[in-house]
Amino acid sequence: MKIKNILTYCFISSLFLFTLICIWKILVTLQGIELTNFNFNKLFIFGIILCAINLLIGKKLNLNIKIILLALLFSIFDYFISINLPIWYSLGIFLISLFFFNNIKNYDKNFLSKNHSSQNLFFNFLTLFGITLFSFVILFPFYMMLVTSFKTQALLLLNPLDFSINFVQGLPELFKSYFVVFKDYNFGRYMLTSTIVSLGTVIITLIFAIPAAYAVARLNFFGKNFLSTSILIIYLFPAIVLVIPLYTIFSQLGLRNSIEGLLIVYTATTLPVAIYMLQGYFKSIPKELEEAGIIDGQNWLGIIFKIILPLSLPAISSVALYVFMIAWNEFLFSLMFLDRPNTFTLSRAIQFLNVGAETPRQYLMAGSVVVTLPILIIFVYFEKYLVSGLTAGSVKG
Amino acid sequence: MSSKLAKIEKRTAYLLILPSVLLVFSIILFPIFSNIWISFKNVELKDLRIPEPRAKKLVKSIKDNPNQIKIIYKLRNSSLTQEITNVKFKDRYPDNIEPTNLDKRCEFKQKLLQCELGNWPKKYRENLEIVFQNTNNQEISKKELKSYKPKLSGKSQNILLTYEFTLNNFKKVIKDKAFIDLLSTTFYYTFFGTIGAIVFGILAAQMVNQKFFGRTFMRSVLLFPYVAPVVALAYTWELLLDPTSGTLNNLLINYQIIDGPINLLGQKYVTLNILGFDFKLRLALTTVIIFEIWRYFPLAFLFILARLQAVPKELYEAADVDGANPIQKFLNITLPQILAVISILFMIRFIWNFNKFEDIFLLTGGASGTRTLPINVYQQGFSIGDIGMGSAVSIVIVVFLLIFMFIYFKLLGKRADEN
Repeated sequence: MKIKNILTYCFISSLFLFTLICIWKILVTLQGIELTNFNFNKLFIFGIILCAINLLIGKKLNLNIKIILLALLFSIFDYFISINLPIWYSLGIFLISLFFFNNIKNYDKNFLSKNHSSQNLFFNFLTLFGITLFSFVILFPFYMMLVTSFKTQALLLLNPLDFSINFVQGLPELFKSYFVVFKDYNFGRYMLTSTIVSLGTVIITLIFAIPAAYAVARLNFFGKNFLSTSILIIYLFPAIVLVIPLYTIFSQLGLRNSIEGLLIVYTATTLPVAIYMLQGYFKSIPKELEEAGIIDGQNWLGIIFKIILPLSLPAISSVALYVFMIAWNEFLFSLMFLDRPNTFTLSRAIQFLNVGAETPRQYLMAGSVVVTLPILIIFVYFEKYLVSGLTAGSVKG
Repeated sequence: MSSKLAKIEKRTAYLLILPSVLLVFSIILFPIFSNIWISFKNVELKDLRIPEPRAKKLVKSIKDNPNQIKIIYKLRNSSLTQEITNVKFKDRYPDNIEPTNLDKRCEFKQKLLQCELGNWPKKYRENLEIVFQNTNNQEISKKELKSYKPKLSGKSQNILLTYEFTLNNFKKVIKDKAFIDLLSTTFYYTFFGTIGAIVFGILAAQMVNQKFFGRTFMRSVLLFPYVAPVVALAYTWELLLDPTSGTLNNLLINYQIIDGPINLLGQKYVTLNILGFDFKLRLALTTVIIFEIWRYFPLAFLFILARLQAVPKELYEAADVDGANPIQKFLNITLPQILAVISILFMIRFIWNFNKFEDIFLLTGGASGTRTLPINVYQQGFSIGDIGMGSAVSIVIVVFLLIFMFIYFKLLGKRADEN
């Protein structure tokens, strides 16, 4: 029982350490440093030895001294088996092993002899593994998007793994792709179009949705239940089944290649979810407040503007942000409806860049950063509102 | 009194919902129904252009006779497929000329030439020649003649509004040998994409549910793939996975894990040898599914995390007292608590993955065995240009959707009963 626990502990923790080192090595390789081996055998076995030592020392030594000692040992070992690497690489290794030993410092023989300790251990490490791996896997493409936009095609052909950013060349050189994208590829205009379309969609959707949601939430009328279920059903119909009829109708009406056409379609497709989200919130507002308003002689419009709106600002902001996100990211309709560059939105423009002549990849990635960054900034800044919007509206995606 | 109030309430309600209902009806419901109409028609992309009568005006001077001038109108029907009926022609001229030879169909009156040109069959072409004589011996100004543009009008049948129907589109859709393959690809993609997203969502939620440093930041980061624009993400992945210059292949070759580059998005099958058996894996489809999981597991994560945080802590404390191990706790407490969320999530994600278009379109364009039903709608309608066929495929999607929705609402209803 105890041996089994010790073995699982050593094995899992060494594996975890090795994973961390691997991620670090990949990141280092992408700085253009020649590194061709993970040294799995040596590092893994040395890791097991160090974990066993950690267990043996237990709490006999000051914990801080223990982790620094072990981390130093590990870094020195790694330094000797890998050749000709810069000092910051070893420093990184040292910090990672410091983090790792800090996490396992509390394990000793007593802990491992407890009930379920191997399973507890496993779950603890699963969390650590998960957090590291998930963040790496998720952030890696974003990281690559960003660093590719700072390179040039020629440099990337020379060494496809060198993504180091050269700060010496000065800012204008560094941000050259962005200048090109805005100047030669007209991204300023596309950005303006995207902003107008997204903000317009938000405003029109709210103007339509707030009264409708209020009616569904509060007023009694024939067909109310039918309406509130059909909102959900309509919401589940995807854009792809609308695209052909809308294309034919819009072609014949001359609404293609126009911002108005896009606004109409975006508003109609986001309306059901906006109504659905808002009516849920309106129902939670106490009815007494409105009754007080009626006694004060307000009409329906007054009630909506003076009582409902101020109280439901958080819900309205969630809806607005969610609708903005949908409109900003929308691709299918902009692909179908826009084929003249002067009406392109950002998404459509990037697709045009990729399909058209061989666009150097750094321009493509710079364009991608331009379209991604605003939405990520908005998301991080308004995270609270957007998350509640996402949860409520995420039947769609 | 109260009935009067109810009446006002009713009227207000209808007034408030009317704009939304009208908009949604015309942009969502009407197109869905017109899909049915179009799918029974033989319409192609080029038919969408409304046929127009067109005229090109050529002005030619006549040799040795400066007092006369010849005007040639090159008339044609712009449509290669449809006839135009009741074509009318109109043009203006300067003051000082009049025609010498007038076509019977035409009439000249006060500087104005009007013709009734009758019906033009498809691809119709005609040259209308008229010689003009000047009336006051002044030179005829070619420039002035050219400055007037002829006006034509005619009636044509809009092919979308005729009552000719055909079953050919549906016959073609169902008889197509690739149809079974198309369906299986769609279900394969949908099923594994959904399951994968939910499994990873559970894992991530389980992790973030514990307290650790930077937890709120972690939650934001996990949602990045879901909130970022699909165009940017798909192209980034395409560059990462590129067989020659892609980072992934170069990394794997650098670390000697593979010998040569793998074309993850362009290769239909890869043969894997597991325990002596050869498995044929659909490589490009798998890659697309992985992208799909990567992009949508955050959503599952968000849902499940919200549910996990509502699980009463007492349940776990009681389990600790009983001496349950972590796996037992997960299987007997966590899983039953989140099962309802998972089933709803599964249905919703299933429906949405079934309709997913952008992701596959941007990554592979439907090549190398990744053609799903939505991709087929686009390819039939816009790459091949057969609008009728595209609509027929859309109808197939709608039928499947209705079946899924029926199951979904059954499930919802059942859950509402339980609570």
